[in-house]
Amino acid sequence: MSRIKEAFAKGKAFIPFITCGDPDLETTAAVVRAAQENGADLIELGIPFSDPTAEGPVIQGANIRALSGGVTTDQIFAFVREIRRDVTVPLVFMTYANVVFSYGIERFAKTCAEVGIDGLILPDVPFEEKEEFAQVLRRYDLDLVSLIAPTSENRVAMIAREASGFLYIVSSLGVTGVRSEITTDIGSMVRLVKENTDVPCAVGFGISTPEQAKKMAGLSDGAIVGSAIIKIIEKYGKDAAPYVGSYVKSMKDAILEAEL
Amino acid sequence: MAESRGRFGNHGGQYIPETLMNAVIELEEAYNHYKNDPAFQTELTALFNDYAGRPSRLYYAEKMTKDLGGAKIYLKREDLNHTGAHKINNVLGQALLAKKMGKTRLIAETGAGQHGVATATAAALMGMECVVFMGEEDTKRQALNVYRMRLLGAEVIPVTTGTATLKDAVSEAMREWTNRISDTHYCLGSVMGPHPFPTIVRDFQAVISKEIKQQILEKEGRLPDAVLACVGGGSNAIGTFYHFIGDPKVRLIGCEAAGRGVDTWETAATIATGKPGIFHGMKSYFCQDEYGQIAPVYSISAGLDYPGIGPEHAWLHDTGRAQYVPITDAEAVEAFEYLSKTEGIIPAIESAHAVAHAMKLAPKMDREQIIVITISGRGDKDCAAIARYRGEDITE
Repeated sequence: MSRIKEAFAKGKAFIPFITCGDPDLETTAAVVRAAQENGADLIELGIPFSDPTAEGPVIQGANIRALSGGVTTDQIFAFVREIRRDVTVPLVFMTYANVVFSYGIERFAKTCAEVGIDGLILPDVPFEEKEEFAQVLRRYDLDLVSLIAPTSENRVAMIAREASGFLYIVSSLGVTGVRSEITTDIGSMVRLVKENTDVPCAVGFGISTPEQAKKMAGLSDGAIVGSAIIKIIEKYGKDAAPYVGSYVKSMKDAILEAEL
Repeated sequence: MAESRGRFGNHGGQYIPETLMNAVIELEEAYNHYKNDPAFQTELTALFNDYAGRPSRLYYAEKMTKDLGGAKIYLKREDLNHTGAHKINNVLGQALLAKKMGKTRLIAETGAGQHGVATATAAALMGMECVVFMGEEDTKRQALNVYRMRLLGAEVIPVTTGTATLKDAVSEAMREWTNRISDTHYCLGSVMGPHPFPTIVRDFQAVISKEIKQQILEKEGRLPDAVLACVGGGSNAIGTFYHFIGDPKVRLIGCEAAGRGVDTWETAATIATGKPGIFHGMKSYFCQDEYGQIAPVYSISAGLDYPGIGPEHAWLHDTGRAQYVPITDAEAVEAFEYLSKTEGIIPAIESAHAVAHAMKLAPKMDREQIIVITISGRGDKDCAAIARYRGEDITE
């Protein structure tokens, strides 16, 4: 069983997102360890991109801080190799197509497999363009995580049938960022997904409070949180790890309640 | 497994968030329907002719020809269009299409402000809401155009992210589109972005080469030896090239913005300094570092200050059908002044890049040969910036 499958097999998953190198890789390592210790089931690691078109201001800021600090894809690979000595949860890179394409898809995939990455999320690679990446990733047993949006409608079944790893359900229109309310009918999106695949699905975009996490995980197989964590890192900088840790615990506890 | 659509060789495609996929599919379907609809084409032609002032003139630049002492030079006067640039061709087409699709709101990015002004104009004409994203840096360089857009009823949102120029305006317009899709059409200003935009924009701009062909046959009884246009994203260039692509004897030359030179970091010459990449919805050439981070490009011309080039140009470059040459700020400014003094025509600083290359090329050609330069826009908007470049501190 793949690490991603195992993570979801244990129950509803809490999935934090962390931008690598924000503000430096030492902090990222501490934050990743704190997230794992406090119940994160899978961790999304962002490789910063100069022009992240799917991100709201908070994660854009993390990308800028990380790139200003001089972090590179090669340094991030070395960092993952290092933390893999004690970090056991599945790790999924979240980045943009050009970061992978310019590195060389084959070389990128091979290095991911070597350092212990489990999959990739590329928000600017939709279903129609995925094979260019997916066919290479498959050879290295890496999952390309597909996204489903509130506007996907007639595309949900098609995307779900070819899903790999887990499905990322985008809760709302627009870019990443904290939202006070999620109005999309997540329940019916999940039902449509479940009719077409056994691959688990987690909801992201706009989730920040334990109540939202509980609700979204209740409707699906897990909750993904990015901007709310990045805000903590933005606020506490190099000292962020314990604060992220207690936040992750509060979110994981709420999600466990959803299982009752 | 679905097939990738909208390819020009390896370039093009649809590298966009899933949230936007149904919107671009809906756009493609609507476009395929209306492009073959005689009523739509009649309505668009009427707008082109009666509103935008088409066909634009093909003017024999006799003084320039004599002064340079080589090929006969014709200027395709897109600067004489309503709103002062070729941008109106695409915008009238897209706004009409959006209206037929039931959209009530147009959003757009703009660099120099010409596309923003054109979009605001079409929105005013068709009674649509309009929001224009413009890099904060560009709102300073092109303050007059910001006022024009507001005068036309558009909201102008200064973009402060990244380099605060055209690429950031495109990113922000894309973000806004994912936020509000059902009533909104993203009126993309160049032959770039995800399919079907490169094709739609090219088709609406192809009127330029269609007219050049008719006009030059009337005036000279033969096709030109070369056609020249400036290239940022490349919409006036593809419009200038399109109906000549099948005429192999006509050289197609795109003039890129080299900024302070292709051997410096301060350049926007994508073909000269870029490499293959994926950005803003398309695979094409982009200025980027070894890790694929998009480069903070530079040109004196806000309209050419973009790190990529449209996918059809990338393909025309790969196949060798078109040639792309870098032109520096200094060369463009000299051409801006030269055309003003020689022909009494103040070109946009963007278009001056094409004029600059013609000044190098024409003297090397025979007097029987013909070159056509597309003057994509008028230069009034640039006067203050060029004065400052020359050390004159004037206010607008």
